[in-house]
Amino acid sequence: MSTSSFVIHLLNAISFAMLLFLVSVGLNLIFGVLGVINFAHGALYMVGAYAAFQVAGAWDVPFGVALVVAPLAVAVIGTVIEVLFLRRIYARDIAVQLLMTFAFVLILDDLVRLIWGTGIKATPRPELLSGAVSIFGREYPIYGLFIIVLGPLVAAALWYFIERTSFGQRVRAASTDRHMASALGVNVPVLFSAVFALGSLLAGLGGTLAAPLRSATPSMGENIIILTFIVVVVGGLGSFPGALTGALMLGLLNEFAPLLVPRSEMAVAYALMAIVLLIRPRGLFPSPALTT
Amino acid sequence: MKARERTAARPVDTRPVRLEGRRQKWTARARTLAWLLLVAALAVAPFVAGSYRTLLLTEILIFGLFASSFNLLFGYTGLLSFGHAAYFAGGAYASALIMVEAELPLPAGILAGLVGGALLAALFGVFCVRVNEIYFSLLTLAFGMLVYTVVFQAREVTGGSDGFNLYELGSVSVAGRELLLGHPQVFYFVTLVTVVLGVALLERVGSSPFGQVLRAIRENSERVDFLGIPVRRYRYKAFVIAGAMAGLAGGLIAPFLRVAHPQMSHWTTSAEVVLGTILGGEALFLGPAVGTGVLIWLESLVTGRTVYWPLVMGVILLVLVLFLPGGILGTLTRTYRRVRGSGR
Repeated sequence: MSTSSFVIHLLNAISFAMLLFLVSVGLNLIFGVLGVINFAHGALYMVGAYAAFQVAGAWDVPFGVALVVAPLAVAVIGTVIEVLFLRRIYARDIAVQLLMTFAFVLILDDLVRLIWGTGIKATPRPELLSGAVSIFGREYPIYGLFIIVLGPLVAAALWYFIERTSFGQRVRAASTDRHMASALGVNVPVLFSAVFALGSLLAGLGGTLAAPLRSATPSMGENIIILTFIVVVVGGLGSFPGALTGALMLGLLNEFAPLLVPRSEMAVAYALMAIVLLIRPRGLFPSPALTT
Repeated sequence: MKARERTAARPVDTRPVRLEGRRQKWTARARTLAWLLLVAALAVAPFVAGSYRTLLLTEILIFGLFASSFNLLFGYTGLLSFGHAAYFAGGAYASALIMVEAELPLPAGILAGLVGGALLAALFGVFCVRVNEIYFSLLTLAFGMLVYTVVFQAREVTGGSDGFNLYELGSVSVAGRELLLGHPQVFYFVTLVTVVLGVALLERVGSSPFGQVLRAIRENSERVDFLGIPVRRYRYKAFVIAGAMAGLAGGLIAPFLRVAHPQMSHWTTSAEVVLGTILGGEALFLGPAVGTGVLIWLESLVTGRTVYWPLVMGVILLVLVLFLPGGILGTLTRTYRRVRGSGR
């Protein structure tokens, strides 16, 4: 492999990893604080992509607007789910929580089919980012680089938010011990809603960014949720560095494994997960609570 | 810490393991009688119902066995598998391959399903039983989707997205008459016999001392571990038995539908038995089978009117989770006991 094609593949791998990271870190945030594995996280990602299509594709509004509106819309849907339904079952068994979020997978998947049909919906790339730059004599789309830059920025913002703000402090407190936090005057129900909304926002952002890249399809939610589960299991549930590491590992495997053995990317991903779980049953960065 | 809290929050089954003397004898007899009545009713059913209902009932029986096998892991051992369809599909493909490629008769195909499911579970179980709770669910899900990816992509062997077709089931001669195995009523009885055997085996396993240990593991695996019982080995055995019985159900579904299809291994198929189990109630032996039966029956009603079956299923699930903890059978027995005033 020449240097230039290696670099191109590497960039592809990293931009895919950043997309995976955004979705995974949202899932981890929700798990770390609420203790709920959100099966519907992939469905929310899908809704984000369709919302982006609706705004930037169907209504032909600039993509920059969709980048704000679509994730916010997903955050609103997430809030509704948390406040009306999920909130009632925190005390119940973990299986019950899984089932309820699974119910939302079924509902959201079908609602999307009901509204947008089963066809592929392509969102045009924003004009500003639609060109290509020359890297080692090869053309590389600017949009890929945009995602590569945006990923770490979001990670940094998230880190600052959780580690350096007073709201983040309360989030960490509730993650460690929700009863103690509540006793000390933290409004835990509101906090949980906010965290769920933020996690949903991240899923929606991932979907929005994916829309011009890979088009919106009804099956995109379940594809991403499987990959996201692999990422968080490899990295460790509730861990931000884990999500980043897992996403990078999976991104690299996804890009480079098929070059060696065709169509092997998923098999290799599962193999990675099986090996990590055998050596470290709680992932590479095991943590009892949310860690950034 | 969190995990412990969750375990403790679970309603503990406080019913006595053994009832005393006479009452025990009576209950055991009533149980046997109820079982015999159920099997008798199922044996008469195809003569009363038309062919469409017979086909529907066949499907319900097959999925009933599948759901009961799932519940050995979930209801008994407390392990929520989200990839149980892998063993179902493994059985389906094993039986289809044996019947088409090796040209063996139907019983060999059904048996191959059992073996296929067991082998697959024996392989994946090594990894799955090592992890707990949520990690178990995620790992089983991943292995389930691995099977899906493999059968989807190994076009040369499995036929890929077209599925693996089998057309001829052959015939048997009973009392001098040639019976086509593909005939709905004949296949119904093949299914009934197989399912009754499979379910009886699961019931035996569940009520044996082995099953008691599984329940103890569900309630508190740490304490069972301290008692010197090898938790992992018990979990592994349960995993393989559950896989074998799911494979047996798969060994029936392929000849029934005349196709083994990748969708059978998809996680939505796994989710359907999870859903059926919760719908029926996982605390009772027949709960999962009843719940899955209700689900298939509902599906047959709804799909005639709308293509948005998943949406309906999602709403049903939501209502169940919020308002009917313990499922249909669980709620019914609770109400019955309250009315009888026995307090249990």
